[in-house]
Amino acid sequence: MEFFRIRKDIPFMRHALVFNIVSLITFLLAVFFLATKGLHFSIEFTGGTLMEVGYAQAPDLQQIRKQLEGDGFADPQVQNFGSSRDVLIRVPLTKDTETSKIGERVMASLAKASGGTQGAGAAPELKRVEFVGPQVGKELAEDGALALLLVIVGIMLYLAMRFEWRFAVSAIIANMHDVVIILGFFSFFQWEFSLPVLAAVLAVLGYSVNESVVVFDRVRETFKKKRGLTTPQVLDHAITSTISRTIITHGSTQMMVTSMLIFGGAALHYFALALTIGICFGIYSSVLVASPLVMWLGVSREQFVKAKVEKQEAVV
Amino acid sequence: MNRYPLWKNATVLIALLLGLLYTLPNFFGEVPAVQVASVKATHKVDLKLMNQVEAILKSAGIAPQGIHLDLNSVRARFADTDTQLKAKDAIEKALNPVPADAAYSVALNLVSNSPNWLTGMHALPMYLGLDLRGGVHFLLQVDMKGALVKRLDSVATDLRTLMRDKNLRHAGIARNGDEVTVLFRDTDTREKARQAMVSSQPDLALLEGQSGADYSLKVTLKPQSIKTFQDDALKQNIATLNKRINELAVAEPVIQQQGADRIVVQLPGVQDVARAKDLIGRTATLEVRMVEQAAVLGNEAPVGTDLVPERRRDGSVTMVAVKKLVVLTGDRFNGAQATFDENQRPAVAVQLDAAGGRIMRDVTRENLKKMMAIILIEKGRPEAISVATIQGEFGNRFQITGMFTPEETNTLAILIRSGAVAAPMEIIEERVIGPSLGADNIAKGFNSTMWGFVAISVFMVAYYLLFGFVSVFALSANLLFLVALLSLLQATLTLPGIAAIALTLGMAIDANVLINERVREELRNGSSPQAAITAGYERAWATILDSNITTLIAGIALLIFGSGPVRGFAVVHCLGILTSIFSSVVVSRAAINLIYGSRRKLESVSIGQIWKPGV
Repeated sequence: MEFFRIRKDIPFMRHALVFNIVSLITFLLAVFFLATKGLHFSIEFTGGTLMEVGYAQAPDLQQIRKQLEGDGFADPQVQNFGSSRDVLIRVPLTKDTETSKIGERVMASLAKASGGTQGAGAAPELKRVEFVGPQVGKELAEDGALALLLVIVGIMLYLAMRFEWRFAVSAIIANMHDVVIILGFFSFFQWEFSLPVLAAVLAVLGYSVNESVVVFDRVRETFKKKRGLTTPQVLDHAITSTISRTIITHGSTQMMVTSMLIFGGAALHYFALALTIGICFGIYSSVLVASPLVMWLGVSREQFVKAKVEKQEAVV
Repeated sequence: MNRYPLWKNATVLIALLLGLLYTLPNFFGEVPAVQVASVKATHKVDLKLMNQVEAILKSAGIAPQGIHLDLNSVRARFADTDTQLKAKDAIEKALNPVPADAAYSVALNLVSNSPNWLTGMHALPMYLGLDLRGGVHFLLQVDMKGALVKRLDSVATDLRTLMRDKNLRHAGIARNGDEVTVLFRDTDTREKARQAMVSSQPDLALLEGQSGADYSLKVTLKPQSIKTFQDDALKQNIATLNKRINELAVAEPVIQQQGADRIVVQLPGVQDVARAKDLIGRTATLEVRMVEQAAVLGNEAPVGTDLVPERRRDGSVTMVAVKKLVVLTGDRFNGAQATFDENQRPAVAVQLDAAGGRIMRDVTRENLKKMMAIILIEKGRPEAISVATIQGEFGNRFQITGMFTPEETNTLAILIRSGAVAAPMEIIEERVIGPSLGADNIAKGFNSTMWGFVAISVFMVAYYLLFGFVSVFALSANLLFLVALLSLLQATLTLPGIAAIALTLGMAIDANVLINERVREELRNGSSPQAAITAGYERAWATILDSNITTLIAGIALLIFGSGPVRGFAVVHCLGILTSIFSSVVVSRAAINLIYGSRRKLESVSIGQIWKPGV
């Protein structure tokens, strides 16, 4: 079996401008949504109390909400989680001194709410409580930003050392644009941005940089081996000869992620979703965004073939 | 020829065997067990205790599946949970005849069912995180500022004693913020006092000054001693938490320092959250102070006193004025038991240490027929639990009455026994995971990984035929190594950790795809099969290394900055990248060499159809 029967190099670079404009528009849209709508942060970042409770029968969410408000919880969020019998309740942080008692108070309130309609015995079962104080959330956001920064700097240094600064810059730009687009999706659909999602975003960043690395490796090799090709031709050749591997690899990773989407349940849902978006845009950006960028930045045969003296100059 | 030297083949074989060995314990599952650990330093966990437990079970007619002793506990395994519960009751009754003064904690636990020879070589099943096994997680913030204030208060007390002992007249000692000011009438006394302080309290910094007509001495703690004090405070808090949690009889509690001023407490399997939180979150301290009886009570506290509410037995609350001077604090208490007094009212019998006993004797002798208050301070709110007239001279044993229910006396006894916390703590993060949710999470993570693995395997074999099969073999080896490493390191496996296993496998196949595509390409360009294999592996290697290093950089960043669930993800992700380099390159090559390497005339390899342009 062979999926990719490509006779000639595909002229990707002829359409480089189109690809770059498409990604610029997507990128700007993502930034726009991030700026206007913001991210829907999970309580790990904002602080507050989250509870997951299971009922024997599907409860009336409206009534639970009313009961909670009646019991003095400002702005509680009540929603189904996984199934109609599982309910997720979020209570924002209050200036209350006894924050750690909120869990018990909510349970008491829920017992009251269900007592009214379904009689005794319909009180819910507590499955999970998560309480996060305000100082924790702030640190998490800071640590997340620091981790992102470390990844960017680390990868750029490595690529600049292993290849050339032009590759480092374009790979990082291409893949940062992935990250922003993933965040844009989370902002547009107001999906919950939690810690596992942050982990997924950073993992995807490393993963799609590796995509660019594979293409760049080929670029370097082609520059060294084949004479008389123009830079766009070299890039076309490199992309064409790696495209089958790119698609098969991403397809395989996506199979795993799809399996997580199907079997992983609500807890892994957004994690897998972030990975899916990351993988799809990763192919696009590392192949069709990073390579044109390298071209614009003026990569050429001399940087790889000639004596090392000039290479050092290029690094500066 | 594509042949590995013997040592390389041997390395792969040994790695696979070790991987298998350390993965093995995960397949045996867990059985219910009862775990006995010591709560008191005087009671050692040793062979004697093990034999004792064995004898207890025998006399109760319960047959354990096995009893063994490890570093700090004795564990007995049972066939089912019913027997487990029965055994726990029997052991509890026999080892702790007086429940209020328990020497051992007897807890229900699940232990690995793997055979002893595996356990003996430290082959243990993976350590499951709370989100997979259910339990409670707390993150506590230690209030260092509060602790420092407390420390300065005791400095002020010490200074008063010092001045009295040296017969130095002072015009007042008071704490303002984070310094203590001592006033003197003349410089001469101040100088003598300064010398006395320097020699007796080396961790104090002294600064001379003038305040109105008086000469002052501003006393602060040296920066170095503040740091030592804070470290000690944290250590003491952890020790106190350890003691308190022992009373809860939790099988494998985790109590660890996190950062400079935080403590993580994890109690696997605990479902009685309210009680756990009550004991952990409580920052109760006891103080013994004299009551200012002459004071006229208004809204304001009279000079030199604090107003403290007193709960009376009839339910009413009145205010008592107590002197600021603290006679005794909780850290002088040696032991405490819940009992009943002569009127059958719940009471706590307490013992003081030698110094505490001496102070108590002096104070009670000097203050006969005066009133003394025992004050319980919780969450910064003092409450007088007992206000009584001193009828005679106390020694180092006395009773505290005034509580209303046996539960209250019980909790207070535990709090006194486990010692005071050096610094107040606050719960800033709390997670409770029900046991059904934990099992559910394991199933979900397992299913995701399994079906993803199956899908990739089917595709690889269909697309690359025998080479695909070898890739799947390498991927299985990768999974084996990863699970073995996680078991060996006893790293905590969480749900994001399982997700990382799945993701790492999905990414690891990349290396094999790279190799297989390279081999195909070489064949397409007309290389002989043997040469194509060699070239394919060699050329792919540089790319594989590059791409794995970039992924590893992301993993390490997560490891450094990640906390909680993200950390679990990062650990698995990083380990997975390392094992995948080995398995996808070395293990798969060994397999390919074994299949094709020794054939001299190799016409074709089974890597799927090679399409050549123009043919």
